Amino acid sequence: MSKHVVLVEDETNIAEAIRFLLGREGWRVQTLANGATAVEVIRKAVPDLVMLDVMLPGKSGFEILKELRADAALAELPILMLTARGQSRDRDIAEDAGVSRFMTKPFSNEEMLSAVRDLTASGTADA
Amino acid sequence: MNRYPGTPLFLERRSYRFRRMMDAVRLLPFIVLAFWMVPLLWPVHETATAETVPMSHALRYIFGAWLAAVILCFVLWRRTSSQIEQENKG
Amino acid sequence: MVSLNQLIAVCLLYVIGLFAVAFAAERAAVRGHGDWLLRSPLVYTLSLSIYCTAWTFYGAVGYAARSGLEFVTIYLGPSIVMIGWWWILRRLVRIGRSHRVTSVADLISSRYGKSNLLAILVTTMAVIGVTPYIALQLQSVTLSLSIFASAETGAAPGADPINSAQAAFWVAVGLTLFTVLFGTRNLNVNERHHGVVIAIAVEAVVKLLALLAVGIFVVWGLAGGIDEAMAQIDRSPMGHWQVEGGRWVALTLLAAAAFICLPRMFQVLVVENDDERHLQIASWAFPLYLMLMSLFVVPIAVVGLDLLPEGSNPDLFVLSLPLSQGQSNLAMFAFLGGFSSATSMVIVATLALSTMVSNHIVMPIWLAYGQNTVQQSGDVRHVVILSRRLSILLIISLGYFYYRLSGGGGALAAIGTISFGGVAQFLPALLGGIFWRGATRIGAVTGLCVGFALWIFTMLLPSFGAGAALSAATFEQGLFGIVWLRPEALFGVRGLDPTVHAVIWSLSLNTLSFILASLFSFPSPMERLQGAQFVNIFDHSSPARGWTASVAASEDLMIMAQRILGAPEAQAFFRAQARLQEKSEGLPEPTPRFVQALERELAASVGAATAHAMVSQLVGGASVSVQDLLAVADESAQMLEYSSQLEIKSRALTDTAAKLRRANEKLTQLSHQKDSFLSQISHELRTPMTSIRSFSEILRDAKGLNPEEKTRYASIIHSETIRLTRLLDDLLDLSVLENGEVTLNQQSGTLQELLDRAITTASAAATRAIVIDRNRSTENIQLETDLDRLVQVFINLITNAQKYCGAEQPELKIRTRLINGCVEVDLIDNGTGIEPESRDLIFEKFSRVPGQGGEGAGLGLAICREIITRLQGTIGYMPDTPGTGFRITLPQTHSVQERKTKTLIDQA
Repeated sequence: MSKHVVLVEDETNIAEAIRFLLGREGWRVQTLANGATAVEVIRKAVPDLVMLDVMLPGKSGFEILKELRADAALAELPILMLTARGQSRDRDIAEDAGVSRFMTKPFSNEEMLSAVRDLTASGTADA
Repeated sequence: MNRYPGTPLFLERRSYRFRRMMDAVRLLPFIVLAFWMVPLLWPVHETATAETVPMSHALRYIFGAWLAAVILCFVLWRRTSSQIEQENKG
Repeated sequence: MVSLNQLIAVCLLYVIGLFAVAFAAERAAVRGHGDWLLRSPLVYTLSLSIYCTAWTFYGAVGYAARSGLEFVTIYLGPSIVMIGWWWILRRLVRIGRSHRVTSVADLISSRYGKSNLLAILVTTMAVIGVTPYIALQLQSVTLSLSIFASAETGAAPGADPINSAQAAFWVAVGLTLFTVLFGTRNLNVNERHHGVVIAIAVEAVVKLLALLAVGIFVVWGLAGGIDEAMAQIDRSPMGHWQVEGGRWVALTLLAAAAFICLPRMFQVLVVENDDERHLQIASWAFPLYLMLMSLFVVPIAVVGLDLLPEGSNPDLFVLSLPLSQGQSNLAMFAFLGGFSSATSMVIVATLALSTMVSNHIVMPIWLAYGQNTVQQSGDVRHVVILSRRLSILLIISLGYFYYRLSGGGGALAAIGTISFGGVAQFLPALLGGIFWRGATRIGAVTGLCVGFALWIFTMLLPSFGAGAALSAATFEQGLFGIVWLRPEALFGVRGLDPTVHAVIWSLSLNTLSFILASLFSFPSPMERLQGAQFVNIFDHSSPARGWTASVAASEDLMIMAQRILGAPEAQAFFRAQARLQEKSEGLPEPTPRFVQALERELAASVGAATAHAMVSQLVGGASVSVQDLLAVADESAQMLEYSSQLEIKSRALTDTAAKLRRANEKLTQLSHQKDSFLSQISHELRTPMTSIRSFSEILRDAKGLNPEEKTRYASIIHSETIRLTRLLDDLLDLSVLENGEVTLNQQSGTLQELLDRAITTASAAATRAIVIDRNRSTENIQLETDLDRLVQVFINLITNAQKYCGAEQPELKIRTRLINGCVEVDLIDNGTGIEPESRDLIFEKFSRVPGQGGEGAGLGLAICREIITRLQGTIGYMPDTPGTGFRITLPQTHSVQERKTKTLIDQA
């Protein structure tokens, strides 16, 4: 069974690039452009990984992160955060909220893929 | 004469005394003047009905009045000076 | 036996001693030591004793020998005034202190509207009136010297053993030097002379002790006790009461009047008064002093008449009695007492008079003939001091000439009475001024002139004797042969004693004309103001009078003040005033309050009228308005005025504080905006970069991509690059616009075309349709401006409406009109509008309205505003519209040429 990732990203071009890259790695990529419904979708889908942008229409990435972490069932869910703002303050907020990995845009494809691998590998090890 | 506006109708004893002392201060010059004008009544020339006043009497009278005025004035000063000072401050 | 040379040596030693005392006192006063003595009631009382001059010391005995107890009236009058201190003196002292009065002339002129005419009049009268008095002192010192000389040479009494004219001359020179040295070394604040006052106090003690010593010697040493002395008095030719009632009353009144009006008495009573409380102490202490001075006068006179040879001058019994008994030491002491009496009187009298002459006559003339000299070079202090010294010289010379003219033969008391009569003429104007608000300047001038003329005619001129100043015919038949104008029987009133006659006529007609002229004249505003302040002195202890609408430059006032007060004093005063105005540096503003304070300060040195004249020269005219008068007349009005001013001020402060708070809030908001802009700009740059990087790596690394995919990914990279470029363009555009480096291309077209272009462009890029509601018929307005830039603004606004209008069916209403060559374009959508707190910020760059998301970098409106400003127009948010509305206003024709010239002019 292919692994499932939910990608919350409003920039269609970036979403397409990630979908292409992960798709080639055998991931099933579900893309969301709006933050408002993200938590609901994730709760239903129970993915192996969530990739989250910070600046989203509807609801910010930080808020989604907090809500996910507040849910006991999703407490262990690996979450990779991607942000274009790249200020250290944002990283601090994300880590306080319990992010698994924090990446600053623009990233290299290889970097992103290895992060995804790390997260899912440790996730499986824990499981 | 509304010299002390806004004061109560009846005054405490001390204040009452002070007012009467100030009345005395104001009156004193007129009293002294009246005494010193008494010699106007003395006859200047010897007549059948009146004898002239001897100089020694005149001296005693004038200087006696003078000394009395000085003493009265001194007493009034002792009695009123501190109150006057307070009024000036207030 | 004391030789004349010994006597002169002792005198000189005594003078040197006095000078040392005065010097020490002044040093102590400067250092602030010795206040307990300098400002003690004792010194104040003793300084009043300059009332007792040589006339008292020598003349009283002579007076008693000639007229019995009548002499005592001269001391009863002042005693009454002192005992009645509460009525007149208390007022005078308070007025003197609060108005910084420098002399009796200053007080009268100040009261009647700071009139210089009155000041000159009073000064002249005072100089003329006091001249006989100074002559009297010269005469007494000369006489006393001649007594010693005759005792030495054994010459017959009545002969002239020394050249009295010469002696009087040298005495006059000595007194002049003494006074100049004592009194005019510096220009004192408020004309207080501590050194002089102390020296006078010492002299007061010396003369009292001397007279008491002689009196005790006479009563106990010669008469053999009080009872014997009394008996001897009763046996003597003056053994009975023989004073005429008229003279008794008139002389008491005259002495009381003179006590208040004499310039020297005014000086020590009012000007040198440090503390109002001293007045009440002096109210018993000074009558006591006077009583002691008069106590032994009658015994000395009686014993002198008894013991001394026929024809001896009774004016000199105080000296000749001890001398005849071989008591040369006592005689020497008595001589020093007499010398003290004479010198102290001359010093204080000439000081007071010279202050008046220099302040009221010399300074105004100097000011009048040197119109602009107040601001120019030259030290006024030198002028003032020089004029005082010359005045001293003048006054003593006048005294000397009067002495020579009157032949030096008159009885001392007669000369003194004449002087009293002269200065007593000030009384109606003075008392009227402090008790009656209706007294006017014209009344005062009239009264003074009438009284003084009568005094000259009935007292002064007759004093030179028949045939000297007035011909014998005038005495007999009256002036110009008019019987009614006989100097000693005015209006046909005969049989009166000449002195009583003169006093009654001059004072009563003086008072009458003063009252009548006051009733029938109308005072100037300044007079009414000063009158109210003087009469109600106890209600207005800190009186206020304004220089309104002052236009004086502080610099000019500073220059003037420096030259009158001296540079350090003036600077200290200006600094203090600047501090009061809460200015940390620079000169104080010429506020009415400041100018008034300065005038008071100057008045202390040069007198009120002169100070007023000097200040008005700089400030520009006296400015007592009716409002000022009302404000003073009614203190509550003043308070109201003040509190309303306070209210206005506090309101202004509140406004300023609110403005500051708004500015601060805006700054804080801006700073937040900047932070979030940096985040935003980072986001805006990094987002396309991410796609570009990612897809370029895919294109580089991924194998087996089909051609469609390759093309697609390359075009994504391409479009993201364009997006980046556009962002950078916007930023650069804004920066160029802000720095004013933009070049505008003038084109012409209609507004309709422009809007068409803008709507087409905006709609092409739009993701969401918006209905545009236009009124094309009004849009046919020809424009001449940079059309491309204007279109950019329209596109921006339309795009914003498309992006941010929150309505279900977004609609944009565009309305245009032309008003007076100005084009107005309103763009209003049907959205929710912008919150009031955000409206201030939307035109700032980096600004993004919170809660509206969107992908803009927040530069659009900032760019719009910059462009419209360049086009000489304005753009603003319309707060009263239902949705978001912007109004653009700009000139129909924007001339690039005009702008350039304008810029050139601005730069030039």
